[in-house]
Amino acid sequence: MIHIQARTEPSSLMKIASPLLAIALTLVFGCVLFSAIGKSPTQALHVLLIAPLADSYNIGEMFVKMGPLLLCAVGLSLCYRANLWNIGAEGQLLAGALGGSAMALYFGDSNSLFALPVTLLAGIVSGMLWAAIPTYLKLRFNSNLILTTIMFNYIGLYLLIWAVHGPLRDPQGFGFPESAMFADATLLPTLFESSRIHLGVAFAVISAFIAWFILSKSHLGFQIRVFGSDEPAAKYAGFSGKKLSWMVMLFAGALAGLAGVSETTGPIGQLVPNVSPGYGYSAIIVAYLGRLHPLGAILAAVFMAVLYMGGDLAQIEMGIPVAVVSMFQGVLLFFLLACDFFINNRLAFSNQATN
Amino acid sequence: MDSDLIVQILFAAVKTGTPLLFIALGEVICEKSGILNLGQEGMMLMGAVVGFLAAYGTGSAGLGVLAAMIMGCIMSLIFAVLVLHLGANQVATGLALTIFGTGLSAFIGSGVVGQTIQGFQPIAIPLLSDIPFIGRILFSHDILVYTSFAMTFILMFVVYKTRIGLTLTAVGENPHAANAIGIKVLRVRYLAVMFGGVMAGISGAYMSLVYTPMWVENMTAGRGWIALALVVFASWRIGRIMLGAYLFGVASIMHLVLQGLGWSISPNLLAMLPYVATVIVMVIISADKFKEKLLAPRSLGKTFDPRQMA
Repeated sequence: MIHIQARTEPSSLMKIASPLLAIALTLVFGCVLFSAIGKSPTQALHVLLIAPLADSYNIGEMFVKMGPLLLCAVGLSLCYRANLWNIGAEGQLLAGALGGSAMALYFGDSNSLFALPVTLLAGIVSGMLWAAIPTYLKLRFNSNLILTTIMFNYIGLYLLIWAVHGPLRDPQGFGFPESAMFADATLLPTLFESSRIHLGVAFAVISAFIAWFILSKSHLGFQIRVFGSDEPAAKYAGFSGKKLSWMVMLFAGALAGLAGVSETTGPIGQLVPNVSPGYGYSAIIVAYLGRLHPLGAILAAVFMAVLYMGGDLAQIEMGIPVAVVSMFQGVLLFFLLACDFFINNRLAFSNQATN
Repeated sequence: MDSDLIVQILFAAVKTGTPLLFIALGEVICEKSGILNLGQEGMMLMGAVVGFLAAYGTGSAGLGVLAAMIMGCIMSLIFAVLVLHLGANQVATGLALTIFGTGLSAFIGSGVVGQTIQGFQPIAIPLLSDIPFIGRILFSHDILVYTSFAMTFILMFVVYKTRIGLTLTAVGENPHAANAIGIKVLRVRYLAVMFGGVMAGISGAYMSLVYTPMWVENMTAGRGWIALALVVFASWRIGRIMLGAYLFGVASIMHLVLQGLGWSISPNLLAMLPYVATVIVMVIISADKFKEKLLAPRSLGKTFDPRQMA
């Protein structure tokens, strides 16, 4: 007989093994699915997972996609650790793209050395602002953070669409809903020749290390961890929940805003309506897959970026709709949550039937 | 503004509010059992695409609705197994359900984008539809709108007047006590979650069979999330959900109203209105902390493990 038994202590092995197991199960699910729709599963998996890493150009593109995913996921990891259900990375990213682009267009053809830093700062501040409103509404009016951050995702999206149709539209753009291309002084430099990997990707990796440092070495990080695991204890210790909420939410907003402005001043080079293929939502999965650990998020973001690349390639080479990526993300999180059951429980085998 | 325009606006508000009413009625039952399912948007999208595919394939809108109900139920079962049996976090599982449903619906619907079907036709109810104003606003709709009226009143009766309603409330308020008096907490919660799935399925089918009889990726445009806010707005009371759904319906068609008044505002800015309205409403409703704590089901969002004692 097999039955389920609660573990006396959470298994630290399962904490690490669970994401890997979830990825493996998602791949099995993918094989079954592709067989079911009459595509070769081996070819599909090759296109989804191996081809994105097959040559240096593809690897470069993979890192370009990893950047915004990681920036958003690092912020979300801290939020979720502190029990702040911020689902608004997508809106904060779009706000960053919008605010940064407005600043970049303001600089126009200026060659000022300040053009790029100020543009990036405008993006960061815009992201922070977009995170600050729901935070304020939660702390002041007790409104539900999940729902307000989601609503601000939609509001941010329509604001951006309005801007590219209206005030930020390129006057010489034949009416297309796009801004003018940014001048060189406001573009992020690329790090290597013959690849689009830009400074924003480096920001993402640095931010993960900063967040790791905050979380594990600072008093603030200690407060986050205490709040996340035992809120009454944190309050008893005299930690201010409000101050902590502000710090964590603004940090997450700043990173998501940086992700947005890095997209427009990096690989895109202008403001377009579809700045983000849902990076802010995918970052939720990245944060979970990385065990809400900033360094774990690096590995998870690489995996998710491979999946994004693979989705593009699968559409081009096999005619598989690109929506398959978001479906796999959902399945991955299902499997991860299911595998996490075995962190606190285990299967016990016994010869006799138990009651 | 002349009275004819007002009637048109209110008629459109009922039509626009109907999918919100369906999905919010499902979610309020689910939340009354203590389970917060954030997967509404994903279940609704799956209902929309499967309903459309079934209606497109069979030519019958009725079969489309049936297929959407079954699909919504299947989606909710994924959530139920993870949350109720494996003790997974409700917020994370709900988000996963939405992300999964968004992707899967776009995936299986990619072949029929742009196709149209014959959806439900309006049926004017004899006599009732002849009442001035009210008749045109409420009684000249399609069969699903009338179903939503009936559902609201049936649920009001079941929840407030029957033993089933008492059991549901007991489970949501205090699962440990309910368990102690012999109520099968997990079974009640399973049924509540599945009911939510079925209603989300109908709501999606309303979008793809009646509201705009076609399938477009992400066509629900956040209605699943707005429904979650609607439940908070209604303080978990069924009658108020109906009122709230039509108020949100008015907010969604505000551009018609403003055009009627002769204003010209960018349609992209007007598209924000339902979401802005949702935020404002939530701020007003939740500002009274004490009241919200009193009204929300007490075990909402918390994991219940029958093996543990309270």
